[in-house]
Amino acid sequence: MSDSMEQFKIVFFEECSELLISLEEGLMQLHRGDSDDETIHAVFRAVHSIKGGAGAFGFDRLVAFAHIQETLLDEMRAGTLEMKKDYIDILLQAYDILSELVGAAQRNVDMEEGFGGDAAQAMQKVMETIEASDDTPQEHSDDDSTPATASATQGINTRLFSIIFKPFIGLYQRANEPILLIRELNDLGDLTVDLDTSDMPSLDEMHGEHAYFSWKFSLVTEFDENAILEVFEFVEGDCELEIKDLGPIPASAEDSATDAAAITEKSSSSPDGPAPTQSKTTAPAAPQGGGNGSEAVVSQSIRVELDKVDRLVNMVGELVITQAMLREQGSQLLVEQYPNLVQGIEELSRHIRDLQESVMAIRAQPVKSVFSRMPRLVRELTASLNKKARLVMTGEETEVDKTVTERIGDPLMHMIRNSVDHGLESPEDRLKAGKPEEGVIHLSAFHRGGRIFIEIEDDGAGINRKVVLKKAIESGLVTPDANLTNEEIDNLIFLPGFSTAESVTKVSGRGVGMDVVRKNIQSLGGRVSISSVTGKGSKFTMSLPLTLAVMDGMVVEIGDEKFVLPLVNIIQTLRPTPSEVNSLPDGRNLMMFRDEYIFLVPLYDVFDVPDAITNPCEGLVVVVEGDGGMLMGFIVDDLVNQQQVVIKSLETNYELIEGVSGATILGNGRVSLIVDIATVQEMAAKQYSKPQTFDQDTESSLSQDTSSLAQISVEVH
Amino acid sequence: MTTLVANDTRGDDQVREEPVIKQYISFNVGKELYAVEITTVREIKGWIPTTSLPNSPDYMRGVINLRGVIVPVFDLRTRFRRGHTEPGKNHVVIIVKLDKRTIGILVDAVSDILTIPSEEILAVPDQDVNPEYAFMEGLVAVDEKMVAIIKPRLLFDMNLMPDMDREPEANVA
Repeated sequence: MSDSMEQFKIVFFEECSELLISLEEGLMQLHRGDSDDETIHAVFRAVHSIKGGAGAFGFDRLVAFAHIQETLLDEMRAGTLEMKKDYIDILLQAYDILSELVGAAQRNVDMEEGFGGDAAQAMQKVMETIEASDDTPQEHSDDDSTPATASATQGINTRLFSIIFKPFIGLYQRANEPILLIRELNDLGDLTVDLDTSDMPSLDEMHGEHAYFSWKFSLVTEFDENAILEVFEFVEGDCELEIKDLGPIPASAEDSATDAAAITEKSSSSPDGPAPTQSKTTAPAAPQGGGNGSEAVVSQSIRVELDKVDRLVNMVGELVITQAMLREQGSQLLVEQYPNLVQGIEELSRHIRDLQESVMAIRAQPVKSVFSRMPRLVRELTASLNKKARLVMTGEETEVDKTVTERIGDPLMHMIRNSVDHGLESPEDRLKAGKPEEGVIHLSAFHRGGRIFIEIEDDGAGINRKVVLKKAIESGLVTPDANLTNEEIDNLIFLPGFSTAESVTKVSGRGVGMDVVRKNIQSLGGRVSISSVTGKGSKFTMSLPLTLAVMDGMVVEIGDEKFVLPLVNIIQTLRPTPSEVNSLPDGRNLMMFRDEYIFLVPLYDVFDVPDAITNPCEGLVVVVEGDGGMLMGFIVDDLVNQQQVVIKSLETNYELIEGVSGATILGNGRVSLIVDIATVQEMAAKQYSKPQTFDQDTESSLSQDTSSLAQISVEVH
Repeated sequence: MTTLVANDTRGDDQVREEPVIKQYISFNVGKELYAVEITTVREIKGWIPTTSLPNSPDYMRGVINLRGVIVPVFDLRTRFRRGHTEPGKNHVVIIVKLDKRTIGILVDAVSDILTIPSEEILAVPDQDVNPEYAFMEGLVAVDEKMVAIIKPRLLFDMNLMPDMDREPEANVA
């Protein structure tokens, strides 16, 4: 029993987090003023649903708070309360409290006494203003399902509606009670209820948990269709609903309607559905007239536990490995001898690829869920920093793996914080510089070349390179005589121990640097860099892999070991002639490729593999492109094949290895390491930074500092 | 009948004072005998070639594929600074679960399953002054041979290893 209760709770909190997101989205829309009628309704529904669920689990504080908020929202959507900006601010504040309370309930802790009292009071105050201005203060019933206000007087514009209401099982499963809906309908006017039992099977065929009843109502009311829709608001999607406006009717027709209060209700002792409502057939001749029917929204999605999806993902991963194994075996078969088998293996490969893509698509989520948290952040930041800024978002629908959306939130917030705090100037300075007072932060997401890009661009002053360089020299990250390009200087901010804040403000400079941002992004297999134009603004660019589970790889051989190179990074593979390979005095080899010299990286050396081919003219050179377009040639013994590989973590049971982004299992069952191109490029540069410094006769610069600097220079080349 | 047998066993093996009795798997490395608690052991595998990892300590023999999971294998002999195991068909890898990690320990051969009451486990004489032996749970004499009970977690947990110059991985939530 308690177990299933726990399960319900889990579902409730899942729903809460979704509801909170839509609540915030709605509130932000209201705040910006680009809302429509539906927005306030959606906001109300979100609060209402949280309250309802919280009530069921006995989270009293949450219920009490949500109730106040709900009441206020109800006034707003009823139009009795004007939607002033101040009020929205109060509601946003209340939203914060509400999410804190939800969080507290989830963690099973109590917030301190009086938590959220300010917001509650502020909302009460707003409500008092209506009550003061309104002669007939409205009573707010606590009833969970009374969004429509009952009317006392019959207007002149009475109309006849015919409503067909056919509940699905889901309606009962969500503990909705048709009788309550019927009562609400009755509050709207005169109601005739018709119970349709035609779907009812014979007793032995009857299933205990199916919904067999449907109802037909005739409602004479002065309210419009929206009021009726509101009654069914919370069962939307869980029933078939058809509302027909049969036009105005003379007052006398009301007599024919049976008083719905006469409906008798047999209390249902079985959990399997509603009590059969006694049917009364007094259908008034319904003229088939111009009515605009409202379609029932059928839910197009299902809620699945992440565990189940992950199991599926893992299973497909194993399939990919098995398929690789089959293909390896199959490649040794003669096509003439086993044409069908060879063809079958090929087909299997294709199907598995499709399957894998479909499965990964299940895990994909629009980045919207992360982006939607940002407008509020910008709003708060600008308020506390006395700046003016507007956040423009594009590509919110771009889909990324769920793990990515879960984990880029913090880095993203950090970068936006950085943009607002350090990037944007104060309104006065902006005016002086001939820019509009209000700064613009552009947050965008898009796909390119098999990766997701997220960019944060501001139109601020750009990076103050003098200050950055000075700070970096002061903190010993750069030698004073270092000669850095502008890009190199910009990217210094990602070094550990670097703080861009000239003065530590309340917002930034709280000890978490951009190096942590970079580390977080790297742990997702991503990269981040910054570019900046003085006076025009700066731009963070983040690139992330599409999925974290499978990728296309090129299996290469080095000595006795096999490594996997990500296919997206590979430009070309070639075997240079000895005349094409040139050496620098420091021992590094260069090769001419597409009219430029590129460095040759001895992978056997980086990964310490014995018995490998060391001469690039005897082995092969795989030209790879790192982030930022940096080309390098990796020396390998041979290419093995190209295949999809399942990315497995080394960290699960061991730890991260530099230069390796993960491991995979090849067709022969052996583990193979996946090369992290960008880190290897960094490592290669690091390795050769030592002889270089000898040339400069500065022995002291052999320290860590130079290597981290070299690391930067590689990245931004 | 069944009840009778059950009663017999209880009378035979276990004493009335109810001491803590644990089972251990013992194994050889050279002539030495070591043991780990049986509840931490997931399985025992014959040696299979590993994929070596670059820039790892010498006792890290590389990783293997254990039904789709990448598992690191450590050479216990090298860990105890007694040279390098040249594994052949008869060598075994004991797969052990440590907290959340699964690792493999390369040993020469599995010896026995021991049932040892806690009071028979003796302390390592100078353990309290020699922190390097923290991985030893204790010593026990079995058939007049000494068996050292070890705690693999303290031998192979990356974050606890003092002799490795690696920063512990920050936990990214």
